[in-house]
Amino acid sequence: MSDGTKASPGVGVIGCVSLKEDDIESMEIEDKKRKNDEEEDILLVPEWKEKRKHIFILSSAGKPIYSRHGSEDKLVTLFGVMQALVSFVQDSQDTIHSIQAGNVTIAFLTKGPIILVSVSRTGESVNNMKLQLLYVYNQVVSVLTLTQLTRVFEQRGNFDLRRLLAGSERLIDHLLNFTETQPGFLLGAVKCLPMASSTRDVISQTIINSCSKIKNLVFAILIADNKLITVVKMKKYNLHPADLHIIFNMVNSSESFKPAESWTPICLPTFDASAYMHGHVSYLSEDCEACLLLLSIDRDMFFNLSEAKQTIVDKLRRNNSLEAINEALHRPSICASDLNIPNVWHFLYKYNSVSQFWGPKLEAPYVKKEEQERLLHLYEKLHSTVHKSGRTLKLVFQQLQTETMLGWVTSGFELYVTFDPLVTKKSAINAINKLLNWMKKEEDRLFILNTSNF
Amino acid sequence: MRTVEGKVVVLGSQGVGKTSLVVRYIGKMFSHHISPTIGASFFTCNINIDDTRVKLQVWDTAGQERFRSMVPMYYRNANAALLVFDITQYFTFNSIKKWVSELERNVDEPMVYCIVGNKTDLGTHRKVSREEAQQYANDIGGKYFESSALHDEGIEDVFVNTAMELISLSKDPLTRSLRIYDSVESTLRSPSLTHYDPNDSSSSEIDPAQNSKQCC
Ligand SMILES: Nc1nc2c(ncn2[C@@H]2O[C@H](COP(=O)(O)OP(=O)(O)O)[C@@H](O)[C@H]2O)c(=O)[nH]1
Ligand SMILES: [Mg+2]
Repeated sequence: MSDGTKASPGVGVIGCVSLKEDDIESMEIEDKKRKNDEEEDILLVPEWKEKRKHIFILSSAGKPIYSRHGSEDKLVTLFGVMQALVSFVQDSQDTIHSIQAGNVTIAFLTKGPIILVSVSRTGESVNNMKLQLLYVYNQVVSVLTLTQLTRVFEQRGNFDLRRLLAGSERLIDHLLNFTETQPGFLLGAVKCLPMASSTRDVISQTIINSCSKIKNLVFAILIADNKLITVVKMKKYNLHPADLHIIFNMVNSSESFKPAESWTPICLPTFDASAYMHGHVSYLSEDCEACLLLLSIDRDMFFNLSEAKQTIVDKLRRNNSLEAINEALHRPSICASDLNIPNVWHFLYKYNSVSQFWGPKLEAPYVKKEEQERLLHLYEKLHSTVHKSGRTLKLVFQQLQTETMLGWVTSGFELYVTFDPLVTKKSAINAINKLLNWMKKEEDRLFILNTSNF
Repeated sequence: MRTVEGKVVVLGSQGVGKTSLVVRYIGKMFSHHISPTIGASFFTCNINIDDTRVKLQVWDTAGQERFRSMVPMYYRNANAALLVFDITQYFTFNSIKKWVSELERNVDEPMVYCIVGNKTDLGTHRKVSREEAQQYANDIGGKYFESSALHDEGIEDVFVNTAMELISLSKDPLTRSLRIYDSVESTLRSPSLTHYDPNDSSSSEIDPAQNSKQCC
């Protein structure tokens, strides 16, 4: 491809999506509605009211699109109220950001024709809530493309978007859980599968060699266990971590990729929100659970990519890379205690220039799910403190009840460390120096530092 | 051996069990956790019938409205359509009818229609009667089958019938997009995917000229 993605043949295909009233699936939704009308008022159900966090999506006309808990159909009144709030503030040329009511925080994000709302009792920051909503919005765009999303509402203001999102709710559900358990979203970075850089280079080179004759192939992405093995890209393009998160989320929540080769339209919102790319998605082989995505702008490339995939797998098998991937996957993860640095319980290190991060496997005292969530919240707070706009705060040291948190932002890296609560500043600084030394020593294995181009 | 290679498209609403059927037949398993197909999935399988090998290239489509505009690229040049509905949901039967009229409008070569009523294990909730579906299949010149991907019932028949009809189709002069050729027996074929031919000879003559038609 030489002249940008906007002119891709794929765009035209989506361009002719037809949305007639009597389209096939509409009856399905009617069916669902009827069932729900018979049920009781969900707003009065205590389990629903007491959820720690609600996420809603609605159209700017107030039509329900998604609710994390409970069926949207039973929440029509509530959606009406949310829409009224947003449009009331809009009428005075302003935008509603958040509402604080007791221990409940409500955050709003208005994006194009849809409104996203988060209602949380977790004590997290509004910024963090909005970041999560932005990811949800990206997920919606990834499923529909911004072009399609905008067009359906232009054609009909009260369009029921659930018709187009059918089958994708689980992607949003999964993404929400994902953002609440993986620090990568907060950091805007992805984690790599640790392996010797020479091994990784062989894999990347194998992909490059096998795809050399294929036109319009923009990205080849190999992932396993939610970690990046390699990305090969067209030289002039970059793959943004936000797009990678969308890809990880899709692969992670789709068992259906396992038994077959799939030809999947996917829009990468940061790369090009207006059009789908076409992805050949498949697992390498039955004995190697790494998922390969070959993303092209050409919708007629399936068989070329299928052939390329086979070549890649054959070569990877012959040069022992499949084995190397399996080995990397089964190697026990490193824990903070393995580093033998006193006082350090856990840390996150982000390598800024490549948008990748690494952190040790969680261990005691972060074994239980609640403790892990609490730790992620601590990182969230720390992250938002160091990044608070208008301040030049680059180093934060917080001595808390149960741990001590240190955040340090430089142009090259960001470091977030959890210490025991009684650590002194001096020993913390000592520990950090050791930690940075260790990272320096390991960075070749933990990060992908050189880019591979087709 | 004489080989007929045909393209099969699987159509029907989301959730009727299309992927489950194909995975059950080709992968010999059933997963309760199968997630909705995104876009389409591609499978291949070989079925030997008498002295002919039928190679099926199966496109399992997603059935969601947002992928509607992509479906033509899967039924274009298809030689057979498996139209799957869920016997417990009447609207999925109606949606089959819409697919059939779309195929009739857009595909000009002869095509094998195979209507499949799936989820017979949920028979107590049946909303589409066997008679009605059978009648409809007759009307469009297709065949009707019932299946349960969960219990692995009736699926073999669907694929074997499709293969047999493709063989008949290969003798139809109007058929252009079926690939027909003679191939040397490969010893590498997976036995689990081969049906109906316990003693198929692996020493067949190669005759590339005979009956060879090019695909798309
Ligand atoms: N009871 C029952 N459930 C089935 C059967 N076939 C599929 N399912 C279930 O129906 C759901 C949708 O199946 P799937 O194969 O993804 O449908 P598709 O969207 O048409 O591909 C899944 O939960 C399956 O487990 C069947 O024969 N009987
Ligand atoms: Mg499916």
